[in-house]
Amino acid sequence: MTPTESAAPAEALIRLRDVHKIYHRDKIEIPVLTGLSMDVKGGEFLALMGPSGSGKSTLLNLIAGIDTPSRGDVWVAGASLGALKPGKLAAWRARNVGFIFQLYNLIPVLTAYQNVELPLLLTRLNGAERKKRVHLALELVGLQDRDHHFPHQLSGGQEQRVAIARAIVGDPTLLVADEPTGDLDAKNAEEILTLLQRLNREMGKTIVMVTHDPHAAERAHATLHLEKGVLIEQQGAVR
Amino acid sequence: MAGIPLVYSIRNLAVRRTSTTLTALGIGAVAWVFIFTLALAGGFEAALRTTGSPKNAIVVRSGAASELMSIVSREGASSITAQPEIARAADGSPFAASELVVIWNLERNSGSTTNVIVRGVSPHSLALREKAKLHAGRLFRPGLNEIVVGKLVSERFKQCALDDKIKLAGREWTVVGILDAAGSAYDSEVWGDVELFMPVFDRPVFQNVTLRLDDPTHFEALKKRLEADPRYSLQVKREDEFYAAQSGMMATFLRGLGLFVTIIMALGAVFGALNTMYASVASRTKEIGTLLALGFSRGAVMTSVLVESVALCLVGGVIGCLLALPVRSFTTGTMSFATFSELAFRFDVTPMMMVSGLVFAALMGLVGGFFPARRAAMMPITEAVRQA
Amino acid sequence: MKYLGYITAHLWRHKRRTFLTVSSIAIALFLFCTLRTVMTSFDAALRASADTRLVVRHAASLVFPLPFSYRDRLAQIDGVTGVSYGNWFGGIYQDPKNNFAQFAVDVPTFVKLFPEVEMPPDQVSAWLAERTSCVVGATLAAKYGWKLGDAIPIQGTIYPGEYRFTVRGIYKGKTADVDENTLFFHWDYLNEAMPAVRKDWVGIYWLEIPNGDMAADVSGRVDALYANSSQPTKTETEKAFQASFISMMGNVSLLMTILGSAILFAILLVTINTMMMAARERTTEIAVLKTIGFSDDLVLRLVGAEAILVSVTGGILGCVAAWLIFQRVDFTAGGMFPNFTVMPQTVGLGIVLAIAMGLVSGLVPALQAGRLRIATALRKVA
Repeated sequence: MTPTESAAPAEALIRLRDVHKIYHRDKIEIPVLTGLSMDVKGGEFLALMGPSGSGKSTLLNLIAGIDTPSRGDVWVAGASLGALKPGKLAAWRARNVGFIFQLYNLIPVLTAYQNVELPLLLTRLNGAERKKRVHLALELVGLQDRDHHFPHQLSGGQEQRVAIARAIVGDPTLLVADEPTGDLDAKNAEEILTLLQRLNREMGKTIVMVTHDPHAAERAHATLHLEKGVLIEQQGAVR
Repeated sequence: MAGIPLVYSIRNLAVRRTSTTLTALGIGAVAWVFIFTLALAGGFEAALRTTGSPKNAIVVRSGAASELMSIVSREGASSITAQPEIARAADGSPFAASELVVIWNLERNSGSTTNVIVRGVSPHSLALREKAKLHAGRLFRPGLNEIVVGKLVSERFKQCALDDKIKLAGREWTVVGILDAAGSAYDSEVWGDVELFMPVFDRPVFQNVTLRLDDPTHFEALKKRLEADPRYSLQVKREDEFYAAQSGMMATFLRGLGLFVTIIMALGAVFGALNTMYASVASRTKEIGTLLALGFSRGAVMTSVLVESVALCLVGGVIGCLLALPVRSFTTGTMSFATFSELAFRFDVTPMMMVSGLVFAALMGLVGGFFPARRAAMMPITEAVRQA
Repeated sequence: MKYLGYITAHLWRHKRRTFLTVSSIAIALFLFCTLRTVMTSFDAALRASADTRLVVRHAASLVFPLPFSYRDRLAQIDGVTGVSYGNWFGGIYQDPKNNFAQFAVDVPTFVKLFPEVEMPPDQVSAWLAERTSCVVGATLAAKYGWKLGDAIPIQGTIYPGEYRFTVRGIYKGKTADVDENTLFFHWDYLNEAMPAVRKDWVGIYWLEIPNGDMAADVSGRVDALYANSSQPTKTETEKAFQASFISMMGNVSLLMTILGSAILFAILLVTINTMMMAARERTTEIAVLKTIGFSDDLVLRLVGAEAILVSVTGGILGCVAAWLIFQRVDFTAGGMFPNFTVMPQTVGLGIVLAIAMGLVSGLVPALQAGRLRIATALRKVA
């Protein structure tokens, strides 16, 4: 998808216009994104690729609302993220985004169940309702019989699946994944990617995934390439 | 068998600056309390201990634990001063003094009131107490409404400075001199002419006769003779022992309180040190594994961690000692139960106490470092290195 | 609360660290409660003092006695409804270390003016009837194993001689604050044994007044009456009289405060250190929580809550331990504290201090967690 105006704005779940991100380190300015614009439609599975330092993680962070642009407009799931105060932004994240990390980032002192339950603590659901949803999520990723295990008692692949369960338990519209298979062996990686595809196709989740692995990118609908903070080409067809 | 360089331990402390500082300060506070309470009890005891001299003997009524409870009649006093074991003063008279002791309620500078010992003294009284000298002003003139006060009285009580006038027994007295008794009990007393005090305080009897022995070994003979005299019921004691015995209950209480507080507090601080050392060791598993792999013995590793812990606590101990030094300049006063009056004293911070404080801190370091050191030493090498 | 599981998870995971921290706080608060109880025990004597009793003593010094002839005049003073008197005996029972008070009192009036000294009526009658008898406090009797009918030998010091008193009553205090460590005997008995020159002198007089408001007036009247005599008086409420004793002890409260503060300070430092060490391990975790959608404020409160939970647990343990221990153990420090009990107010204050310690120790980690920027924190790890 070339960086142009897309179809009616209501269809675009994600919309970036002229986004700049500059990092400041010891008074030196490091520009990472320099005037980037893009649209992502709801229900898309998008891969972001690019060499180190290209800004793909930064872009992901902006879309997920865990960082704010130095300039430009980031519009996701019905909200202009730059305009939200930190408290509102956190609440927005809780409702709209599930984040999947490369290193899983499960909380080591909590069981699988407790980890998956975390996002639901931010809602008004009572204990019984939370329990139902946690079990649903764990079933979806195939780990319902491990809910009382601690992360150190799980394999890498299992940990990532718990992380995915945590990401979807709140039923967010958008899933954001930063190198989800980067730390896994081939077999586990395949399983994770299949899971992601299922979430996209069967449950209509919009997924934006950063990856180094071309095989992983193949699973997506489309791939965007970033180099030095600029989108340079795309592959794959738009649905 | 090589030991791990000291520098390594010290460096570890320097690198984890906040942790080191907080723990050291905590240990320092414990050391400070340790020295403070020792100084408090020690100061109280020292004041009493230095009060008496083994060269002197004091004669009181038998059964009297303090001068306040004693009665020695004029006849009795004459009989006592006629004894052969008493040294001669420069003018040839017996080197002895008959004294009156009462307590009087005075107001401290802080506003609270307490009892102070008022002593009616004889011409030889000051000379008998070798440690006491006139610090400022002059001695009172016999027969006049003049008094001298001990240094701590002049510092701590209202209207007791040089040239002040104070009311005692319905009369006004001028403070004409200040005594310096080197921190002994006399620093907490008010002295005046005994012959004048007797009618003023309505006490026609003495409370003690203090005398200088011509030879310290003659004490027993003097004691035997005087105590056997059926006309008067007397008790003869060495002056230093007499006063030292008075410190009993209060000093025990202070010391007991101090020990109790310090030991329990140390326990709490040691728990903190344990946490610190465990965390220090845990953050360095890879390093320790490497050291072991390189060939340093487990004993060397354990020693190294112990050294780190002791060094940390010693730093705290030094801080505590330094902060305890200024305490020396404070005086306080409390009631000596034996005399029912105030004994003022300076906090006595001795070098011995500071050393004790440091040793105590080091001990805390040993106890707090032992288990973490053992854990570090017993680490399976492969596991440690793998944690990289 | 639904976040309780998360808050306790860390404490549970690091059991040893949690145990050490909770224990050191418990120890600090135990000490605090003990020191404070030293202060409140001294106050107990004040609490036991009656508003409606005045003490009359020689204006100059407690050491000087008052004439017995004052008794009748005092009874006639406007506002005085009862007069009693007594002398502090200050004798020795077997060993000078055995430290307890003995008072020679005018028994008939003493019994009227001191209703808080409670005995069965037959014991009171026995005491009244027998001049050489005495009554002793229950704690004192228990300490030396005295029973009714025992003869107690006391060696007089101020009043020299060997005295023997037969125990005809064992009294209890009406409230817990009343001292049960005293031996009371007949003033008449003492007075008779005195040589002529020492007869008819009284240590202190007690005056009964109908209510506490009259204290100042009546005191003024008594002192004015004797102001110019050779034995002037100083009259004050019993409370003021007791307070002056305590103030003679010196600045006990200052000492306790210094020690207590040093202790809390030391343990606070230790606790802050532990909290900060724990916080350092959790930067990634905090970032992840914020990614999930936990607000800065919520994260701050969760970290703070953990610190407060640890402190309060330690505080409760320490304070309750102090309360329990001193209920069981009879700690009198050689007779200085008739009643060493930890008061509920002390426990309450201790717990408040524990909460405060939790707040202070958790402050920096909580603020750090609140201020953490997700992107920065995550970047550090990756």
